Formats: sequence, structure tokens, C-alpha cells
Amino acid sequence: MNADLAPPSASRRLCALCAVSLLLAAGPAGAQGFAGLGQAAEGFEPVRPGPFAFPRDHGAHPGFRIEWWYVTANLKDAEGTDYGIQWTLFRSALSPGGTHPDGGWATPQAYLGHAALTTREAHYTAERLARGGIGQAGVTAMPFEAHIDDWRLAGPSLRDVTLTARGERFGYELEMTAGGPFVAQGDEGYSVKAADGMASRYYSQPFYEVHGTLMLPAGTQTRGNGNGNAPPAAIREVAVTGQAWLDREWSSQPLSPGQSGWDWFSLHFDDGTRLMTFRLRDETQDDFASATWIAADGTPTPYRGDAISLTPLAASTVAGREVPTQWRLTLPERGVDIEVAALNPQSWMDLGFSYWEGPVTATGSHAGMGYLEMTGYE
Amino acid sequence: MIGAALGALLSHWTRRPFQLLTLVIGLATATALWSGVQAINAQARQSYADAANRLGEADLPVIEARGGGDLAQARFIALRRAGWQVAPIIEGQLASGDTAILLIGIDPLSMPPGRLPGGAGFGAEPGAGLDADFLAPPGVLLTGPETASQLEGALPVPVRAAEGMAEGRAYADIGIAQRLLNRPGRIDRMLVTGPGSLGAPSLERIAPDLAQRRPSGEDDALGRLTDSFHLNLTAFGLLAFAVGLFIVRGAIGLAFEQRRPVFRTLRALGVSRNALLGLLAAELAALALVSGAAGMGLGYLLAGLLLPDVAATLRGLYGAQVEGALSIRPAWWLAGLAIALAGTALAAAGSFWQVARLPLLAPAQPRAWALASRKLLRGQQLAALALAAAAIALALWGSGLIAGFALLGAALLAAALLLPSILQGALALGARTARGVVQDWFWADTRQQVPGLSLALMALLLALSANIGVGTMVSSFRLTFTGWLDQRLAAELYVTAPDAETAARMREYLAPRTGAILPIVQAEARIDGQPGAIYGVADHATYRRNWPLLGSVPGVWDRIAAGGSVLINEQLSRRAGLVPGDKIDLPGGRFNIAGIYSDYGNPAPQVMMGLTRFESEFPEVPQLRFALRVPPEAAADLARALRAQFGLGDDAVVDQAAVKALSLAIFERTFTVTAALNVLTLSVAGLAILTSLLTLGTMRLPQLAPVWSLGLTRARLARLELTRAILLAAITFLAAVPTGLLLAWVLLSIINVEAFGWRLPMHVFPGDWLRLGVLSLLAAALASLWPSIRIARTPPSDLLKVFANER
Repeated sequence: MNADLAPPSASRRLCALCAVSLLLAAGPAGAQGFAGLGQAAEGFEPVRPGPFAFPRDHGAHPGFRIEWWYVTANLKDAEGTDYGIQWTLFRSALSPGGTHPDGGWATPQAYLGHAALTTREAHYTAERLARGGIGQAGVTAMPFEAHIDDWRLAGPSLRDVTLTARGERFGYELEMTAGGPFVAQGDEGYSVKAADGMASRYYSQPFYEVHGTLMLPAGTQTRGNGNGNAPPAAIREVAVTGQAWLDREWSSQPLSPGQSGWDWFSLHFDDGTRLMTFRLRDETQDDFASATWIAADGTPTPYRGDAISLTPLAASTVAGREVPTQWRLTLPERGVDIEVAALNPQSWMDLGFSYWEGPVTATGSHAGMGYLEMTGYE
Repeated sequence: MIGAALGALLSHWTRRPFQLLTLVIGLATATALWSGVQAINAQARQSYADAANRLGEADLPVIEARGGGDLAQARFIALRRAGWQVAPIIEGQLASGDTAILLIGIDPLSMPPGRLPGGAGFGAEPGAGLDADFLAPPGVLLTGPETASQLEGALPVPVRAAEGMAEGRAYADIGIAQRLLNRPGRIDRMLVTGPGSLGAPSLERIAPDLAQRRPSGEDDALGRLTDSFHLNLTAFGLLAFAVGLFIVRGAIGLAFEQRRPVFRTLRALGVSRNALLGLLAAELAALALVSGAAGMGLGYLLAGLLLPDVAATLRGLYGAQVEGALSIRPAWWLAGLAIALAGTALAAAGSFWQVARLPLLAPAQPRAWALASRKLLRGQQLAALALAAAAIALALWGSGLIAGFALLGAALLAAALLLPSILQGALALGARTARGVVQDWFWADTRQQVPGLSLALMALLLALSANIGVGTMVSSFRLTFTGWLDQRLAAELYVTAPDAETAARMREYLAPRTGAILPIVQAEARIDGQPGAIYGVADHATYRRNWPLLGSVPGVWDRIAAGGSVLINEQLSRRAGLVPGDKIDLPGGRFNIAGIYSDYGNPAPQVMMGLTRFESEFPEVPQLRFALRVPPEAAADLARALRAQFGLGDDAVVDQAAVKALSLAIFERTFTVTAALNVLTLSVAGLAILTSLLTLGTMRLPQLAPVWSLGLTRARLARLELTRAILLAAITFLAAVPTGLLLAWVLLSIINVEAFGWRLPMHVFPGDWLRLGVLSLLAAALASLWPSIRIARTPPSDLLKVFANER
């Protein structure tokens, strides 16, 4: 399947729709794939191949049904303690056309923000929902700013941004500077993602160097998801440095109806190379796997599904369900044979819709850090 | 047999239709007052409950404009972007044809899913019926099925019925609602849906003109205050009901008394005691149901008339929202009829007891009431003593609002029960002054009449005491309140700046034009475990000279200015048992209490600290409000100049007179209902006298006939009759004055302290009593006018018949 174009991930984390579907219909995972992502896309702008136009394409594409700005970062403090953060802004068009002549509340755009801070012991999460068109959330390309409420990903440009998010019990403020180029996924950013031709526009920025400050409850040893009732008595600020990965993707119908969930990896190796790989679990046909090898200079090499193997090694009980938190990944053409393990197996995003997302460590042929996202484990 | 017995019993009423009318009127009025008050209370409670159901506002804090009014939508965005979790709401009446509905505009994205219409409290699945159509123009109106069918096709917006949703109100997306209400870009308030982002700035800092109201359901103070208000109303309703029952008791007693021969005859003819009692019970139950239903109708009208004032009071005094329109529930009807039945049963219990013990062969003639009265008098005295003892015990050891009202009830009832003894005593004294045979007869005959009139006079006593007591309480409160307002509102002008920058410019502008600029700054804080406020107070003669202190340590203002001491309000002092010299823990440390000030109209604890100390403890609170000292004649000009110079609205510059007028208007409205119930109770008492005199009138022929035959003209007899009624009313009034003062004392020193946390000094207003005294004498004269005229017009043949029928 899709032998020549080796679609990278694409269908990753198309959560905007599920938030809206949770809100506006009933129940997140309907019959139409995870979070209704397999629904028909009549009237929305179709995805077409072609070169990106930066910086315009860093901004929003309201005519497409869904779009996201997705940052994950692996961070360390001065003592070498590991942390992970996630910052996501999803956009979802509520009706085709993307705009309304009246503007304001009539603008058919909904935004959803997810943020998380993960340590070995704790996992804090927060969620924000907002309408487009009234100034509560939105994205502009020049100067670059993506925001929802008080959460921002903003810079002079997307190469040089400040990232902030705060939940009730945690927060972070990070400076991110891109040390490499934006990486177009698929065919110059045209990313076919299923045998029947579903596609998205997709690029990444996996080369951010990060420094900044994390805020988390002082002296906490308890596991928590940040949704507890009481605000923390004291906050401790931790200076951190590390690496971040940005994904940008927009589409109008990214998933095949039978695709029920996915396991997605983004890994920074110590030698400066990156690997992104995923498998889409399908209820009606074979699972669909794919990978992209990114050289230290940013040159991507796509790999088709049969070139890579993803094997769960061990599962953890998370929020009452079994989720594989230890994996073996192999990509023989690059000599990759690694074991990937969650930093904190309880990295459950218990939000309006729930999934697992958290930092991972890689050991074996290539050592490094990265992020793992798993959806559809109901 | 039963049918014949029933016919015999009922024939009494056809022969004495006026007695029947008395019974019905008494019961109907009693039920009306009681059920009217209950309807008001139920409506208010329903409104609280509706508010609670409305988007969960009962358990979520609400942010709104400090001075009232709506808000720009941008304020919502600004708070969200500062990390506050708020959801905007717009609300308004939407008229379509002849129906008006409450339209509530919400933003489903910032509202937590569980709060959405159809969510918890809406009886359906959260978010049921919400979809993309709801958000996108033209939008959708979600409402109950009935309202949906009413609105169908009448609006430019599709209407969708959702099972289990409230009728009469509709939900729409906020954008749609803004357009329908023609208020683009405006919102009315925001719900605080959850804790904000870590380190989000305080509301005082980012939006000092907005206030966060605690969730109404959690607000103990509001709950307690409205509870006490409703308890007040209930107590009044109960009093009115009791007064009405005196009439009923009188009428039933008379009817039973007069039917003794019939009872005896029926028993002798073979009707069993149980059958007779059953028939009487059925008769009374039927009467109670009919009168009760009539009373419910009257009560509904009464409630409809009073509700707007009650709603205004609750809104003005406590900020509680009550809908002005009355809606009646089946439970209310049932409760009203039940209370009418119960009241009748209570009023008839004594009479039933007598019938049950009726000796079969006893003389069949009606006994003179006086015969039994000595024993009755003794019993009443004992009961009065017991009640008085209970009242004293409650005054000494009772605590809480309920105990206060129980004390009130016991004291009033004791006074009422003691009244016949007082009347007898007073009349015995009066008899000593009698000169001549006619006067002797007058006093003796008046004493003879007391037992028959005592119930009506007791009702009058209750009504008069309540009038004096409540009147004294309200007047004392008014006097204290106006004096307090004069002290408290010493500055001539009060201005509010929209922001800190304007405030700074304003101060510069004002400095050469005013005698003093006194900042009014306030921070919300938990004080003694309750939500309250801390004020900063400038060291200025305005406060030193005028601030209403109830108690203080020497050099109080110097201590406040030094920063280590604070003033606390009376409510806090009473609740926490703090006196000057004690210490109190506040945000910022432990402070000495240097004084206590009276703070009427505010249920919450309050503290005042020196401005310098306040500024160092709460540096984030901006100084936006100021009290200005200027020569009174210059105030209006300065107010105009300020508005023009800084583009301020009318609300932003307020002069002293306007604040006072507003406060007094709220005050007066608070007692409108009390006054109305007072008048009604007094009218019922007047009615009781009238009916008693009228029913007694026919019975008195045997007593009047001999006097007439001895040469007194009918006109003279009628004048004496009138004089008698006035004399009895006068004695009752004299007894009511101390009772009323006792009532006032209980209201001011016990009920007020329990309900509001302040004790008011009692002032007496003899002028008011004089007016009331004259009024009650007039009422008594009026009530006895008709019976007197009837005596004057009694045909001599009727008087002669008395001797013909002599047994």
C-alpha cells in the first residue's frame, strides 16, 4: 500500500474534530474512525500537492477542515532530571468555507488547546476550548503567533518562538530556536495517508533548541494529572534545556473510516538524526505503518510500511486499560534496532477526549529521547 | 336518620346566615393571609432554585460589573487571555407575538460540558441537541416542547424542542442571542467555570470594575439572610392566620352553643354520639374546604399584589433574584386547604369536646357564656403564665432565629390569654366609679359581655401589638439608619475612575479643587472564615469626626493610622464575639481591634485598616474610587466638570444626596410588605370585632329587654352599646402598648441580631401609638355601629317577645 509516497504519520492526533464532536454530538469515538476523523469532507477545501509558501503556510488555513500546531519537547534540568512537555493547538472548521461574512461569533472555527508537563512521577495536563473570530484563539503567520486564551506559541517568526502554557497546577515558558530547516513530509508536504487516497499537507520542524522554565507544584511526589481541585500550595520553578519537535498539518479528511487509532513516535537521537514512525491500526484491513528518517541536516528519507516494524514489548495499566508503554522498533535499512520505553507510563491525557502521550527514552543501536502518542486504546 | 339529623344540623345555618358568613369570612381571610405569604415564599424559593438550575450558577462564582449593567465582550476575551476560566452569558427578554421568553445566550466552547443546557440540572444528556447548527448562523433556539410550539415560525431562528428543558426560556449560541437581543458585542456576566491558570493575575488587578460574586448556593450569608426574611414573612402569615382563627373559633363556638338543644334532641332520638360527631365533623370539613378554597383565591390575589415589592426587596437588600410573576403549584393548593382544615379542627376542638361530653339529660337551653367563664378565666391565666415562663426561658437561654420567633409567639399568646383577666380587672375598677343605676348596669353588663367578646378582643390585641411592635422596630431602624447614613456618607461626592491612569490624572485635577481626596479601596478576603471585605481608610477628619463607632479604645483613629489596629463592623463583632482590645487574624498578620462600627445593610464581615497599611498589604489593588470633600454648594458644579473633563458616565460621579436617596428607597421598600401585612392583620381584627358583636347582638335581647322595659330608650341603649365597644377597644389598646413594645424589643434586640448581625437602639414613638389608638377606637366604633343601629331599630315587639318566651 502506498509504496511510492510512504506517508509519514499524517493522521496523527486529529483531535480537534473529536473535541468538537464530543461537544456537539455525543461521544468521541463514533463509527467513523477515531473521533469522527473518517467523516466525509464535502465542501471543504481539498488537499493538493505543491510547494509550501512560508511564512504564509505557518498561519491558519480556514478552508480546510482540520489543522494543528503541535509541539513536544524533551527537557533536562541542571541535575539531569528528565521532563517532557506537550503544547497543541487544534483548529477545526465547523462548516465549509471557513469564514462567515458577519465575522465574530459567526466565524465557523473552533480551537482546542492541550498542554502537558510530564516528569518521572507526575503528569499534569490542561485543556482549553475557544471560538475563532472573537480574539480568544487564532493564528497569524506574520509575525507568527498562535494562541488560545493565555497559551501562546509566538515569535518574530516560527523559527524563533516563545512557547507558554499554564494549567491550574503547572506551567512552562520556553524559548525555542530552530537549528535546522523545516522538513516537508511526504511528497513536498503532500502526504497521502491511506490506500484510498486520503491526504494532508504536512511539514515538521524537528530541530528546535530549547531553554526556559517549568513551573510545577513544589515537593510533589504524587501522581496527578493537574486536574485536582486545590491549587498547589507552592510552586517550584525549574530551569531546563532540551530539544523540541513541531508538527504542522492540515487536511479535510485525513483518516480512512476503518482506522481506529494509532501509535506514533518522534525520536531525537544523540547523533543528531531523527526518526518519525507510526502505525495506524485498522479494523477492516491490515495495519498501516510508515517512517521518515531525517538526517542531521534535515534531509528526509521516507520508508514504506514493510521497511519498519513496531512491536509492543510490555503494557501498563493506565486509567483502567492496558496501554503498551514499552516497544521494540527496527528499521534495518538504517541499522535501527532500539527499545523505546515511557519515561512515565501513566502519561494519560485525561481530557475531553483521552489518549496517551508522553516522553520516551530510546536505547539500543541508537540512543535518544522522544515522544510517543497512542490513541484508540479504549 | 342520618339524613334527617344532617338536615336538622344544617338548618341552623339557614336560620343564621350571618353566622355562616362570619365563619366563612374568618376562615377565608385566615387562609388568604397564610397562603398568600406561603405563595410569595414558594415563588422566591422557586426563583432561587431556578437560578441554581440555570447553567449551574448556584455553585459557580459569577463575575459581573461592580456597578451593575452589562459588559463589553472584549472583557471576556481579556479575562480569558489573562488565564481566567470564564464563560460569557447574555440574557434578555425576547418577545414574539404575545409571548415573551427569557433568552439565554451561551458559548458552548467555554462552558464546561456538564453545564450545557441539557446537562446536569436540565434533565437530559449534557449537550443533547447541541451541534454545529447551534453555533453557526442562523443558529438554533433550544427550549422546552411547549415554548417551542409557541415560538414555531415566529422567529428568524429555527426553534428546537428538547425534552426536559424548562419552558419559558430558550438557549442559543451567544452570537445568535446577541443578534436576537440586538446587543452585538455585549455580555451580561461571566461564569467562573474553573480554577484559572497558575499565577493568573487577580481580578482586582486586571479588572477592578468587575466583581466576583460567590455562588449563590454556597453563599451562607445570602441564604441565611433570605431565610430570615422568609421566616419573617412566615411569622407574619402565621400571626394573621392566628388572628383569623380567633374569628373562626368564635363562630364555631357560638354555632355549637346555640345548637345544644338540637344535639340533645338528636341524641335523644337515637343518633349515636359518634354519628353526631361524624356529622358535625363532615359539616365543618365541608365548610373549611369551601372557605379554604375561597381563601386560596384571595391569597393568590394578595401574593400577586405583594410579590413585586418582595422581589424588589430581596433584590435590593440581598441581591437575590426573584421572578416578579407568580406561578402556582399544586402543592401550594393542597397545603392551603390542609391548613384551612387544620385551623378549623383546632378552632373547633374545644366545642367538639363539649359535644362529646354532652350529658343526654342536661337542660337544653344555651348556657350563659359567663357561667363557664370563671373556670375558663383561671385556665387562661394558667396558660398565660406557662407561656410567659416559656418566653422568659427562651429570652434567657434560647439562641437562633427560630428561638427568637418562638419567644415572640409565646409572649404574644401569653398577652392574649391574659387579656380577659385584664379586661375584667379594668372593668371592676371602672365599676367603682359608677354613679347611678344606669352606670352600674353598664359596667356589669360590659363585664358580662367580656367572655363573648374576648376572642375578638384577643385578635385585636394581637393585631395592635404587632402593629406597635413592628412600627416601633421600623421607625427605630429608620431613625438609626438615616442618622447612620448621615455619618457614613460624610463626603459630598463619590467618583469612580475607569482605570488607574485616569485615576492619577483625576487626582491631579482634583487636588486644587477639593478639600480632600479620600481613596476608597477594598480587597476581598476571608474574615473569620467567611467571605468579607477589607477597606483602606485614609487618616482624615472626615472619618475621625463622623464614622459611626459603637465602641472603641482611646485614640482609636491614631491607632488605625499607625497601621497595627483595625476597625471591624458590628456583624463581625457579634458573630465572632470580638470587642475592642481583642486581636484578629487577617491576611497580612494579626491586628488589634481598635473599634467597632455599625454597618447596616451589609450581611458580610468587614474590616477597615489604615490606608498606608492597606497599600502595603494589598499593593495590587488600584485606587479608583474616591470620596471628595468640597463645599456642598460646589458639589454639583464639580460633578459636572468631572464628567465633562474625564468623559465619565452618570454612575461614575455620585453625590451624597443621590446615594442617600437610593439607600433610603431600598430601606423603605424593604418594609412595604411588612406594612401591608400589618394593615391587613388589623383589618382582620376589626372584622373579628364586628362579627362577634353582630352574633352577640341577637343573643343579647334577653339582657336588653328588661333594661328597655325599665325605661331606657332604644337609642340610649344603642349609644351605650357603642360606648361599650369603644371602652373595650380602649382597654385592649392600652394592654397592647406594652405588649407591642415587648415585641419591638424582641425584634430589635433578638431577631435582628440573629438575622442580620446588628442590634438597633429602640426609640419609642408615642405619636404613632396615639394615631393607632384613635384608629383602633374608630375601628371598634365602626364595627359596633351596625350592631348598635340594629339595637336602636329593634322593634319593641321583639323586645316584648323576650318576656313572652321567658322560660
